[in-house]
Amino acid sequence: MKLLGKYVDKGMQGNVSLVPEEPEDMWHAYNLIAEGDSVRSTTIRKVQNETATGSSTSSRVRTTLTIAVESIDFDTQACVLRLKGRNIEENQYVKMGAYHTLDLELNRKFELRKPEWDTIALERIDMACDPTQSADVAAVVMQEGLAHVCLITASMTLVRSKIEVSIPRKRKGNVQQHEKGLAKFYEQVMQSILRHVNFEIVKCVLIASPGFVRDQFYDYMFQQAVKMDYKVLLDNKSRFMLVHASSGFKHSLREVLQDPAVVAKMSDTKALGEVKALEVFYMMLQCEPAKAFYGKKHVLRAAEAQSIETLLISDNLFRCQDVNLRKEYVNLVESVRDAGGEVKIFSSMHISGEQLSQLTGIAAILRFPMPELEDSDDDDDEDGAAGGDNSDSD
Amino acid sequence: MSRHRIVRGMDYNDEYDGYDDVYGHSVDDDCVSPTDQQWLFDRTRGQHSMSAFIKKNKNIEEEAEDGDDNDDEDEEDEVYQKARRDSENFQMPELDDTAQAKLSSCVDEVRSVVGDAVSERCIVETSMRFDYNIQKVLDEILNEETSKKDKNRRPQKLKLNATPAAKTITTPKPTPTKITLSTAKDARRGFDIASPKAPASPNVSGRNTPVDGGDEAGRSTNAIFKVSKDQAQRNTQELYEQERSSHKSHIHMIVIGHVDAGKSTLMGHLLYDTGNVSQRVMHKHEQESKKLGKQSFMYAWVLDETGEERARGITMDVGQSRIETKTKIVTLLDAPGHKDFIPNMISGATQADVALLVVDATRGEFESGFELGGQTREHAILVRSLGVNQLGVVINKLDTVGWSKERFQEIVHKMKSFLKQAGFKESDVCFTPCSGLTGENLTKSAQEPGLKAWYEGPHLLDVIEHFKVPERAVDRPFRMSVTDIYKGTGSGFCISGRIETGALCVNDKVLVGASREQAQVKSLSMDELTQTSVFAGDQISVTLGGVDVNNITVGCIICDPQMPIPVTTRFQCRIIVFNVKVPITMGYPVLLHHQSLIEPAVVCKLTASIHKSTGEVVKKKPRCLGQNSCALVELETSRPICIERYSEFKELGRVMLRVAGVTIAAGMVTKIR
Repeated sequence: MKLLGKYVDKGMQGNVSLVPEEPEDMWHAYNLIAEGDSVRSTTIRKVQNETATGSSTSSRVRTTLTIAVESIDFDTQACVLRLKGRNIEENQYVKMGAYHTLDLELNRKFELRKPEWDTIALERIDMACDPTQSADVAAVVMQEGLAHVCLITASMTLVRSKIEVSIPRKRKGNVQQHEKGLAKFYEQVMQSILRHVNFEIVKCVLIASPGFVRDQFYDYMFQQAVKMDYKVLLDNKSRFMLVHASSGFKHSLREVLQDPAVVAKMSDTKALGEVKALEVFYMMLQCEPAKAFYGKKHVLRAAEAQSIETLLISDNLFRCQDVNLRKEYVNLVESVRDAGGEVKIFSSMHISGEQLSQLTGIAAILRFPMPELEDSDDDDDEDGAAGGDNSDSD
Repeated sequence: MSRHRIVRGMDYNDEYDGYDDVYGHSVDDDCVSPTDQQWLFDRTRGQHSMSAFIKKNKNIEEEAEDGDDNDDEDEEDEVYQKARRDSENFQMPELDDTAQAKLSSCVDEVRSVVGDAVSERCIVETSMRFDYNIQKVLDEILNEETSKKDKNRRPQKLKLNATPAAKTITTPKPTPTKITLSTAKDARRGFDIASPKAPASPNVSGRNTPVDGGDEAGRSTNAIFKVSKDQAQRNTQELYEQERSSHKSHIHMIVIGHVDAGKSTLMGHLLYDTGNVSQRVMHKHEQESKKLGKQSFMYAWVLDETGEERARGITMDVGQSRIETKTKIVTLLDAPGHKDFIPNMISGATQADVALLVVDATRGEFESGFELGGQTREHAILVRSLGVNQLGVVINKLDTVGWSKERFQEIVHKMKSFLKQAGFKESDVCFTPCSGLTGENLTKSAQEPGLKAWYEGPHLLDVIEHFKVPERAVDRPFRMSVTDIYKGTGSGFCISGRIETGALCVNDKVLVGASREQAQVKSLSMDELTQTSVFAGDQISVTLGGVDVNNITVGCIICDPQMPIPVTTRFQCRIIVFNVKVPITMGYPVLLHHQSLIEPAVVCKLTASIHKSTGEVVKKKPRCLGQNSCALVELETSRPICIERYSEFKELGRVMLRVAGVTIAAGMVTKIR
């Protein structure tokens, strides 16, 4: 993302001009834009003209519109962001108050105006505009008969394709069917890698599986690559990396990202940091349960006591429609920072973020144990549950 | 042109079935007129000669005179006539008002259950006999019916369909419902005749529409899914006793243990010694393994068949074979010992009745397998939680420690205390020393002087022989879990698996998986032999028709259309947490193992943690579940799965939760949403 201009006044009101450059920037834009903001961007509108004689012609015009956003849709697979709202600026073709749906486009400037910019939003802009963070990794997690081809970008994990083939078991005197099924499966996985992995962007392809599936597949792939002359694969042979995973399901990506070899190679990516932070939280919960808490109620109380060392929070909490609720979370983040704590905002598109969102979306590691929190939850159970449910529904 | 078609080999039933669906079809085109049908000769209907055909068809005209050319038929005929007379000419007995009222209400009640299949006289008489107790009357009538049916079944095996039709023609005043029912019943007989290879035998009989009639009967018994009447009313227990009482009892045994404990070698040698592997094959294995410099693997190759497994020298998928002992047929399931293949082992263990735990006696090897993270431990706990309660512990490779008694005692001592902890009863566990490679103490008692000196117990085959055969739940609704899908010989595709409960016959209708798609059983086979009916506990393969192969996945459940298995994405279960590195919290992603199914799931709610032995609720809504705790949790899967409550179907109510290659918990389903 490119930042063209930022004008935020003292009351935190103002506008920002941005140019999205990669599909991932749409994800950032999706996190930035909230209902009630106004967005100005160039778009195509179908305009109907009526001539003096009464015949009408319709034509498509490119024009610049400003709309007050009413609903936001994001397609994670295609990375397309659609904003629907009413026109709020006089225009040659479009009346005031007429509905229009903006499709934000790559490499086209858009201007976002918010009644109130908060720190989270401003940080998001900084993060989106940081060029060093773009390091893409492709990962194939597989087991016999099941494979996921994923792309891991800085803030998203996208499952590009899921391959499910039923492979007949080996049985007495009938091993061929098993081997044939396996070959078919490997072929499909390879085709999907060829189709979905762009080796110009992707630095590294992780192939992860239990047992020997990854080795078998690796051998198969390069045998085929030589046979069929797949240049792309042969040229990038050095970028493939074989890692252990316990299964072919998506969440074993977490294990892959914890593998020491992968850590060494990918060191400072966001995905890796998140996995690690969540792991630390779980370890703390195991060793010293009085120093690790989750759920809004507990975390808020811990924040009051200024005891939070690390706050883990999922970004889907900031995307909620309720302005006050969002403000509450923003205040929490700020108060933790003021008290010298660290805040990690998880992307809900990563596996670890997914897990955190399931875990009420908010968790904290404390500086000192607060066993009183643990005891207190018996008396007002229902509140805790309600808090949990709220964040789930977001 | 219809008169000139080749009708001999035609499959009337199928043609007739589909006729509604075909657009722009003349009746003449496809359907042979029923009257013509009677005169047609069809080999598949089980008539063996033309003369038999002619002989039987005589009956149509000469039905009135009681010819003695076919005794069976006449007997059956009489039953029919009597039944009809019973309903038509039966006079109500003289009774006083109250008794009359009781009787009529009783009869009505019974009628609503049994329909018109039973004659009025029969109902009235039975009612009076049992003093208008509806329950008893029903019992009596239904029992009588089934016994009658069974009696009828065998002699009628080779019977013609045309006969009942003839009867309906000559019926003086047939009531419409009665005809449909009787023909439907006879239509089923057509199915019985069919050999499994040609399942769709014609059952067109007479002027009525037997197919529709059959469907009607099915619909009345179950509103949701149509099944044939025979399938609906089958008495599986009787069928089971009839077919299996003479056979040896069947048992499934899984062989488990740490990687390289010698499971495959032990089983391979056992198979060789019991004569299930020919000398020639063994010689081939010996030569080939010698060539690779791995002669010690020669027995393992009996079960490890894929090139991959042989090259690596480890078992990767469950290998299967069978041996026969004096009193039992034992299916051996050779599980992989390597950590990465535990999912395969779980799917094998769900099919097993008993387990054989192989332990390596070599110094250091036993210890590494027995330590935390070793497979000896994990496998033992897994099979226990999967419902296996008889365990034979084989202390293998005892030759490497010079048949030392001390070593044996040491291992036995350690294992005993551990297995007790894992929940095995001491009486159900036995320890046997042996050597898989040399074959010592496998099928013959100890020969080696080193062992003979102190060991007098049974040899391995004896141990297997003494396993108790668990009770088979034959009379429950049919359930089977799919472990494998493959292309069989001939048309269609095969699925294989073990029947958990109930029974299955050729031509039955079944529901497949969570989508509840209906399919028909085209043929059944067990150990490569075709069967007409199979029962709980059998390891079978089924050829299915009427369902797309892509709709079946490994792990889905095939069930009875009348009692379908619940389908859900969210359920509550009671879990026991094993040794875990990190605690289980809300939102914890796990892999759910249920029978052969592996499905990602999320622990979405921790309802309560409970006391391990008393079952009392210790804490409501705990924050997390640590090691060795016991709790009620809710699990959610992304796709709907078939699952049963533990209290109703033990076999299908057990789940395993695994994370990152480690089993973290075992559970029992308590509630299904």
